[in-house]
Amino acid sequence: MSVETEAEVGGGSVSGQVAKEIQAATVRVLVPVLLALVMGGIVLLLLGKDPLAYYGYVVKRGLFSWGGLQETFTRMAPLLLIAAGLIVAFRAGIWNLGGDGQFLLAAVITAALGPALIGLLPRALTLIACMIVSTLVAAAWSLVPAILKARYGVNEIITSLMMSFLGTSFANVLVKLFFRDPGTTVPQTRNLPVEDRLPRIFDTTIHSGVLIALAVVILVHLMMTRTAFGLKLQVVGANPGAAVHAGLNVGWLTIATFALSAGLIGLGGSVEILGVWGTVRADWNPAFGLLVVPLVFLARFNGYAVIGFTLFFSALMIGGESAARRVGVPQHYVLVLVALLLIFLALVEYLDHLRRRRLKA
Amino acid sequence: MNEREAPSLATHGDRDGSTTAPVAAVRSVTKRYPGVIANDGISLEFRSGEIHVLLGENGAGKSTLIGILAGMQQPDEGDILIAGQPVKIASPRASLELGIGTVFQHVLLVPSITVIENLMLGGRWWQLLTREPALKRFRELSALLGVEIDPDALVGRLSLGEQQQVEIMRALWRGEKVLILDEPTSMLTPQGVHDLGNVMKRLRDKGVAVILITHKLMEAYEFGDRISVLRLGRVVGQISPTTLAGMSEAETTDTVIRMMFGTGAEHARDAEALVGRGRQAHRSRAVDRSGLPRFSVRGLQTAATRGECPLRDVGFDLWPGEIIGIAGVDGNGQKHLADVLAGQRTAIAGRIELAGHEITRDRVPERRKHGIRYVTDERLGEGTVGAFSVATNLVLKEIGADPYWRRGLSDWPLIHEHAREQIRRNDIRTPSERTMLSNLSGGNIQKVLLARELDAEASVVVFNKPTYGLDLQNTRLAHERILASAERGLAIIVISTDLDELLEISDRIGVMFQGRLVGIVENSADVERRVGLLMTGAEAA
Repeated sequence: MSVETEAEVGGGSVSGQVAKEIQAATVRVLVPVLLALVMGGIVLLLLGKDPLAYYGYVVKRGLFSWGGLQETFTRMAPLLLIAAGLIVAFRAGIWNLGGDGQFLLAAVITAALGPALIGLLPRALTLIACMIVSTLVAAAWSLVPAILKARYGVNEIITSLMMSFLGTSFANVLVKLFFRDPGTTVPQTRNLPVEDRLPRIFDTTIHSGVLIALAVVILVHLMMTRTAFGLKLQVVGANPGAAVHAGLNVGWLTIATFALSAGLIGLGGSVEILGVWGTVRADWNPAFGLLVVPLVFLARFNGYAVIGFTLFFSALMIGGESAARRVGVPQHYVLVLVALLLIFLALVEYLDHLRRRRLKA
Repeated sequence: MNEREAPSLATHGDRDGSTTAPVAAVRSVTKRYPGVIANDGISLEFRSGEIHVLLGENGAGKSTLIGILAGMQQPDEGDILIAGQPVKIASPRASLELGIGTVFQHVLLVPSITVIENLMLGGRWWQLLTREPALKRFRELSALLGVEIDPDALVGRLSLGEQQQVEIMRALWRGEKVLILDEPTSMLTPQGVHDLGNVMKRLRDKGVAVILITHKLMEAYEFGDRISVLRLGRVVGQISPTTLAGMSEAETTDTVIRMMFGTGAEHARDAEALVGRGRQAHRSRAVDRSGLPRFSVRGLQTAATRGECPLRDVGFDLWPGEIIGIAGVDGNGQKHLADVLAGQRTAIAGRIELAGHEITRDRVPERRKHGIRYVTDERLGEGTVGAFSVATNLVLKEIGADPYWRRGLSDWPLIHEHAREQIRRNDIRTPSERTMLSNLSGGNIQKVLLARELDAEASVVVFNKPTYGLDLQNTRLAHERILASAERGLAIIVISTDLDELLEISDRIGVMFQGRLVGIVENSADVERRVGLLMTGAEAA
């Protein structure tokens, strides 16, 4: 995976080359998406369903109906925050795959804290307190893989995944044992009343968490490309040996990266509860964490590009749910498309790599 | 391995002196690479029952020669003779099938599987791994080597000495005519070296032709029956078994050093040919050592890490305008020395002073602020980030510092302007300052490093193998930069395995041996001989 690094910023003077690069990037992105859609259509055909009807419903529901479009935008909030967290980690060469655990723990903490605080604090303070505490809890949950990696060089893919399973179960336990609403039969936390949740934007059902998410993604992108801290993270990611040689504190940067990444993902969980659900049921796990990984790769860790992909993916998710019901395929057929997308993404990436090597030779 | 001929555990009749025909030989072998003749008409004979030592510096052509015998390279001219017959060794497998086994410098076993499994790996892919015949051969070779290793032990659990014994078994697996050992002692403990010596002598007594490649004179004398000295791709001398038997260690050392470095005039000409000009002029520069030293090191020690030689009690002083060369065979602690001086590695004991101030505890950023610079030998490994632009690499050690960063924010226009200026001033050949660094040639990457490290605030500069892998022109440029820096009053440490380079540019030359700085000598008339003695450990304390 070749990542565009700092070289892309700082004002474009070689515009012809830049245009060519953009063209190549577009091809690199559109081709796997189109191939995935075509292949997904073929699978539908084999199942005896009409792919055009399926995609038609997806587009109609996800983008071209007012209610669906609002849902699509709302769904973007957690995905964008997870993407922001993953961009930080992946650019620093750290594979934080513990997103689901971090997301869910933060969601549960928010769901427990919100109803408890709302009687004591004004609404704004309650919301902010929920977001901050959940972010910190998610960040703390990443300390184990972070310290193991920084201190002993333990592979963070394994440890962060393990901590994710633990986090998911722990969130479940928290709901059932400590934060359970005694008034319901299904184990879930007490409900944060709708009027106390994140304010809606104008007259829509879209909550303001979407704006927070957009701002965070853009800030993360600027941090990675225009600050010393971001460049340090990229040096660690691109060549740890050079980081040591340049005198960077690799251990500390590793822990900071993990905390920042997990914290942003946790913020995603918090915003999803404060904006949409108001409560967490014990068995609730949207498993967004790993779904966002291919999007971040498609966007090549670019914060602006990831906004577009998140919009596309949200529409696919929202539209796919309704389309699946109407056409009569399983609701998670969208995941098949995601899997196909990943396969074609890797394939195109590989071909591009070969092409570049041929050009160089 | 069932295609192997019956093993000839030759204990009979083979060993009746030097009258035996050579089991293997090279005749007028020449191998050229672009710009360099690695082997220049080399003729050597290897006899069974004889340990034949090939001595020579880096770049003398030893590695090329074994590469040819091991089937990894083809000679441009000349023949390889096995039992008197010219043969073509097209592949490493062909070499093994001719009974030539090679043990390379670094262990090439798979650590996560067992000894016997490693030994069975050499079979064709369609063959089943059959344990019984393998075990039989394993026991044969264990007896031959006189070693005891558990065939079911994981290779990773064995000591380096034992791993090497397994390597030797693997080399002899298909027949034991010739065994080539490429600097086999470089990774071993003294006990390991002793054991290896016994194994070699045992194999020799059983009729194997052992070829031992080494830098170390002591080993040549201790283990060798016959010594051939290589220099600049040629055989420059040989000591036959009968002569060698009658010589003391000191006499051998003298003879070999005379062969290696010639007698003054001849060597000067060689060095001149190598670097493209004479070097006498640089010695006349007198360093003023009346004042305080710019840089002092006392009793430096580092913690041992696997496969690396730690420092033991290293100390020296360095005055402004002085260049001290650190010579020594690779792997004698040079990397640790460079790392510790740069602040990348912590010393467990000792003291470093810069102009009287202790800086032992300072890390890289503080040392850089104090003017300490490090031009690493791992240019792409740690010196630069290949995927970043030339501009970023030029400020890689300044990230977050004024003026390129203000309150943590990058000033990319300024960084790029700085890069354009450096590119112009240092004649870095690159399409643009935004070009990915890995697209540059080795010489230009070195220019980027030099531009970054030799800035106006530099005060003490450590160079590690500054010309490693560079062509002649860039080598000369790098030398000029180093000498010019010394003229400017910088204190300079040049670590190099290339003695000629150090002779050309240094004021004094220190020698690293097994983690110690065993001696520092003035770069004057008799220096080659004295450095040579120190390098080979002959004069080690």
